[in-house]
Amino acid sequence: MKGVRRIVLAALALATACRIVAFAAGPGDPQPVNQTGGMWTDKDGAPTYKIAQDGTVDWGTFIGYLRYNDTCMRCHGPDGSGSSYAPALTPVLKQIDYSQFIADVAAGIKTVNTAQQLVMPAFGDDKNVMCFIQEIYTYLRARSTDALGRGRPEKHAPAPADFDAASYKCLGIQM
Amino acid sequence: MTRIGIGVGCAALGALLCALPVGPAAWAQTAPPTLEKAAASADNWAMPTLNYANTRYSSLTQINATNASRLQVAWTFSTGVLRGHEGQPLVIGNVMYLVTPFPNTVFALDLDHAERILWQYTPTQNSEVIPVMCCDTVNRGVAYGDGKIILHQADNTVVALDAMTGKEAWKQTLASYKDGATGTEAPMVVGNKVILGVSGGEFGVQGFVAALDIADGHILWKAFSEGPDNQILVDPQKTMSLGKPVGADSSVKTWKGDQWKIGGGDTWGWYSYDPKLNLLYYGSGNPSTWNPNQRPGDNKWSMTIFARDIDTGVAKWVYQMTPHDQWDYDGVNEMILADLTVDGRPVPALVHFDRNGFSYVLNRADGELIAAHKFDPAVNWATGIDMNKSSANYGRPEVVDKFAPGSSGVNVNYTGICPAALGSKDEQPAAFDPETKLFYVPTNHVCMDYEPYPVAYAAGQPYVGATLSMFPGPGGYMGRFIAFDPVTGKTAWSIDDQFSDWGGALTTAGGVVFYGTLKGYLRAVDAKTGKILYDFKTPSGIIGNVITYMHGGKQYVAVLSGVGGWAGIGLAAGLTDPHAGLGAVGGYAALKDYTTLGGQLTVFALPGS
Repeated sequence: MKGVRRIVLAALALATACRIVAFAAGPGDPQPVNQTGGMWTDKDGAPTYKIAQDGTVDWGTFIGYLRYNDTCMRCHGPDGSGSSYAPALTPVLKQIDYSQFIADVAAGIKTVNTAQQLVMPAFGDDKNVMCFIQEIYTYLRARSTDALGRGRPEKHAPAPADFDAASYKCLGIQM
Repeated sequence: MTRIGIGVGCAALGALLCALPVGPAAWAQTAPPTLEKAAASADNWAMPTLNYANTRYSSLTQINATNASRLQVAWTFSTGVLRGHEGQPLVIGNVMYLVTPFPNTVFALDLDHAERILWQYTPTQNSEVIPVMCCDTVNRGVAYGDGKIILHQADNTVVALDAMTGKEAWKQTLASYKDGATGTEAPMVVGNKVILGVSGGEFGVQGFVAALDIADGHILWKAFSEGPDNQILVDPQKTMSLGKPVGADSSVKTWKGDQWKIGGGDTWGWYSYDPKLNLLYYGSGNPSTWNPNQRPGDNKWSMTIFARDIDTGVAKWVYQMTPHDQWDYDGVNEMILADLTVDGRPVPALVHFDRNGFSYVLNRADGELIAAHKFDPAVNWATGIDMNKSSANYGRPEVVDKFAPGSSGVNVNYTGICPAALGSKDEQPAAFDPETKLFYVPTNHVCMDYEPYPVAYAAGQPYVGATLSMFPGPGGYMGRFIAFDPVTGKTAWSIDDQFSDWGGALTTAGGVVFYGTLKGYLRAVDAKTGKILYDFKTPSGIIGNVITYMHGGKQYVAVLSGVGGWAGIGLAAGLTDPHAGLGAVGGYAALKDYTTLGGQLTVFALPGS
């Protein structure tokens, strides 16, 4: 998990520097290729989902569902479906790739003009978001392709053995 | 006297201050009325809550149960803002005042001259405040007193404006939005004091209520919901709770370590006041975080009804409704002061419809608990409130473990809890009619699954720690507008609504109750029978509170529409039922199929002059 976080930070730095160039790349093929610590990645190394025939979702997608609801839901609505306050994310995730996703989450987005005042804060320092950014991306990626429906995934793969300890360490809390 | 046409010098809309060189015509030769004088006339709506008792009962009768079906739209006004419009306008003499959601523009409209804009004021606020407002950038109204309009801005600045010109009289800041502390509630003016609080329960903001001097804005007292006795302004021996002194350190000893510093208990609801007892009443909100396993203890005094001496701020009594909250059932809803008859004896009562689904009747003089009933039969997280005075559990809810997200630790999905976190009723105020002796209550009929997990705290960042999945309550609908007797617990009548009823109620001596629906309907209902007399679809969903006033011999009814708030966030895309099995997803209607954003005031009257 630690190594992956380092990659995330590198991608973040790169993506932030290339805000405009990286735009509209699209997420590419979501086919899962590799797995580390409950998280699947695609051929480009971006986090992705793996959903079995019987609907069982991988652990990362399930955690993404939970942590999306922690921080993102109160603006973007249940299941990434949008609200009266902020846009739906399922269409957005079809348009941007993982590095752009991280850049937007970390740096925030502002659309403030006479017609609207939409402000997404910078979550780059928010551990509740950044410790689970791959998982949140994976969940929304699955929602954006309709691989995952609305609501709580009914079945999910078991937690990796060290997941709780690693999460708490990243969050900096003791349970 | 007419002053139309003199309005030069207003450079541009959206300017910092757009003050026309005219004042309200009727005040031109006299001083603005005192709040006491303005509130004494039924023609006015001089306080956000109409009166200190928060009854929202008007003695006007021109519109009544016989003629309400003939109501028509008299005039409308666009606020120019798209976000959720909670709250209500004020009417004082020939001027109406209203405030928009962020950027919190205040308008003064001349009712004598085609609702011309006398002045408007838009504060300068950093847009960074927008995302730290949990659940939309709402504002629940401005207050009036001492010839000033008092605005509690989103960024927590309090500003007093000259009611005649819109010019700033003073400014005060009570907390920083950089820590997640924001302003959403309507202040209350009592004598020389402005009473107000703070929002930020999802950011761990230590809640407080403050009294400011209306002359210059200086802080007279500030009382926190949680913390050491000298911060929460209690007297360990004299401040009572359920008939007993609270004792020393009543708050801090119910928290782990110094968690009370980030413990929430915010005060974003309504305030009421009893002039005879000189007591201020309000409720405190949820303890932070939403993960109860992370903050053991009763978490006092979150979720508490406070009665404070308005001159000193010291609490006379407190009552914690939901100790160790595990559901986000904020206790901030309005405290309605009503003189009721209980078992044949008159009681100076405080009546409160809590988010937790129980209605409470207390003696407002001493805090004695008189009655507690479920006002929605779906409520299941507790079987009742322990009313046995000799019980160790007296006054506490009888919690059902399987519906308590702290009972089996984190990473467990607690399912089928009713009500959902937004409560059986949220901030949308109820009304009390002294004629029918009934309370008219807009309610939510929504249930949830609740899955808590650990979260980290950082100032100014969301501090939530739970995943909530909401779904319609039994019957498949989400709102009930009820006429309710909190002494007996009996529902006289109810109207089911597809979506939550999130607009505040008004009741009148004309025997008509008014409220707005999330689909956008302004509805007039017979107070005795619940029969719908009039139903008109305004341009956007209603989460504002209906008011009435008299101008030029004519009674008007007014409401802000503009969908948003928690209701807009939760219901925009429609709810799903996690327990209906595969294939049922999307089975419930989406609010966005019925209404869209847009702030507008719609004013109704009977036809003819």
